[in-house]
Amino acid sequence: MIKGTVLINSETCKGCELCIVACPQDSLSLSQKINLRGYRYVELSQDNCTGCTNCAIVCPDAVITVYRQSKQNYKKAV
Amino acid sequence: MPEEMLIDEMQCVYQKPGTLTDEYMHYCPGCGHAVAHKILMEVVEEMGLQEDIIGVAPVGCSVFAYNYMNIDMQEAAHGRASAVATGIKRVRPDKFVFSYQGDGDLAAIGTAETIHTINRGENILIVFINNGIYGMTGGQMAPTSLFGQKTSTSPYGRDVAHNGYPLKITELIAHLPGAYYVTRQAVHTPNTVRKFKKALNNAFEYQKLNKGTCFIEVVSNCPSGWKMTPKETLTYIEEKMLPEYPLGDIKVPTQNKN
Amino acid sequence: METNKSEIRLMKGNEALAEAAIRAGLDAYFGYPITPQSEVLEYLTLEIPKRRGIVLQAESEVASINMIYGAAGAGARVMTSSSSPGMSLMQEGISYIAAAELPCLLVNVVRGGPGLGTIQPSQGDYFQATKGGGHGDYRLIVLAPSSVQEMCDFVFDGFKLAEKYRNPTLILSDGALGQMMEKVEFPGDGSLPHQIPAWATTGKKGRERNFITSLHMEPERMEEINLHLQRKYKEIEENEVRYETFEIDDAEIVLVAFGLPARICQKTVELARAKGIKAGLVRPITLFPFPKKIISDLSKKIDRFLVVELNAGQMVEDVMLAANGNCPVHFKGRMGGMLIQPEEVLEEIEKIVEESLTLNAGQE
Repeated sequence: MIKGTVLINSETCKGCELCIVACPQDSLSLSQKINLRGYRYVELSQDNCTGCTNCAIVCPDAVITVYRQSKQNYKKAV
Repeated sequence: MPEEMLIDEMQCVYQKPGTLTDEYMHYCPGCGHAVAHKILMEVVEEMGLQEDIIGVAPVGCSVFAYNYMNIDMQEAAHGRASAVATGIKRVRPDKFVFSYQGDGDLAAIGTAETIHTINRGENILIVFINNGIYGMTGGQMAPTSLFGQKTSTSPYGRDVAHNGYPLKITELIAHLPGAYYVTRQAVHTPNTVRKFKKALNNAFEYQKLNKGTCFIEVVSNCPSGWKMTPKETLTYIEEKMLPEYPLGDIKVPTQNKN
Repeated sequence: METNKSEIRLMKGNEALAEAAIRAGLDAYFGYPITPQSEVLEYLTLEIPKRRGIVLQAESEVASINMIYGAAGAGARVMTSSSSPGMSLMQEGISYIAAAELPCLLVNVVRGGPGLGTIQPSQGDYFQATKGGGHGDYRLIVLAPSSVQEMCDFVFDGFKLAEKYRNPTLILSDGALGQMMEKVEFPGDGSLPHQIPAWATTGKKGRERNFITSLHMEPERMEEINLHLQRKYKEIEENEVRYETFEIDDAEIVLVAFGLPARICQKTVELARAKGIKAGLVRPITLFPFPKKIISDLSKKIDRFLVVELNAGQMVEDVMLAANGNCPVHFKGRMGGMLIQPEEVLEEIEKIVEESLTLNAGQE
């Protein structure tokens, strides 16, 4: 499976959890920690992200940057 | 952190568009406005419109849109966004112009401007955010509030005998010859967001043709106004909003006689 | 049509104003028909397609003033016109325009009110014009023409002032002035060049984004904006006062009138002088800024003022403020679309003089 990951700007995340619903891999969850604005923020909790971008697409605050293994790298790895 | 190593080997496939400013959005957690802003700005970036577009955001939660959209913008009085957009487009016809209006603005106080702007076939895009409530003033009944919907001014639920019917203004304006492209979209799931993005792409392409007004309704949410968690609003949209406001194209250019 | 050179024509006030607007380089006009100023829209819809600019009949005055807001914000030279009830509808938009500091030219061809009123001339909108009109602390620059020639000239002055101060300018005319015909000399095209200002929303090519707004949620910022506006209005008061005087050097009673009644009062001054009454006239041309100083100066040397207006007494309050109790300020007005006759004003003068003589005799 193509591997991906996300970078989350935890300081601008408002913890709305829409990304958690959108993630087909259940890779995301709400942190127990809170950010400076007082929100619990989202974090990558499982190493099974495929970089599908669903989470980032529905994120209202554009806090998620998504990375995905290139097809070449994927082939190399396989 | 193995993540960092991985990122080096990966390519970035999604990031915040450069057409959004770094300003922290004032919208409540999970608000559809913010998603719509982001997607709109993605399209502006991808189509290379940033330097040739002027937006209009009237009174309502999105009146602060100019803080977030890194493009030229004008704030407008409540209900008058499409008149303001008309004024801009008439004197700057070579620029892309859009208005971004809520349901109270577009379908209540601004109904006359909405209808006449579209009836003149102004070559602008109207983005209409329908969340069935007045968000900015604290959750009052909107023209698009659903049957039985409880709001701060319909505390016993919207009663048709007293308050009239949810106004399907999108279907109404689709009848106008000046409307070139009319569609109803949503932003609550990855799929609907992708379709909304496509609709925005279409609308800006059509604006180049000077054939009339493009109108995109976005069925959206208002977690604070609906008194729900953002997650709960997703179910409400699916179960309550979409049956009343079904998604899809209402008028596409092939249906236009010209 | 050849309009490169100046030209003398016989025209209605409304049409002269419209012709002047085209020659002043009007980019766009948005308006809605209302008597007694519909000729402006009619003239422009006839002429602009043959010449240059945009003219659009809006669905309401509310829409037209907001189209003005949009087009002015996009850096165009714009104008709208209406008459009293229509101006009332525009007030919210005008407040936004003043707050966002957008230059534009507004024209009110005033009719009798209140309510639907009448289509006959009136000056009943003086308060609305000079005290802001809509919500919040703001002022328009107000020019009051008293001839068809000035209906033309003040269009040029109006655009100049609006653009100089980034403030809406209002021409406060009336139904009679709009409808009457007089000789008018127009300048040729191109005498008032216009550049798109740097702050306009024209697409952010090669610069930071521009935005037009009147929304400031932080009270500190909102007060700062207000103070800035007030400083601007002060500057306008210092630099832009205009008025005319007639026979005031030895005057004992000075009439104060603006617009068409000022012409009527000029005749009254002649009639009074023929009877040996030393009358004079001050005609404020700018109603905001109001010519306070000449009124104040005169109040210290004359016996009394008589303010003549086509309303129940509006400018008289500004005359009283400027006179500051130095001398009595009398008022004579007609309302509801009635014009005033020179003889009527003369009778009032004679009555006032008579009363003061009786009063003085009583005191002795």
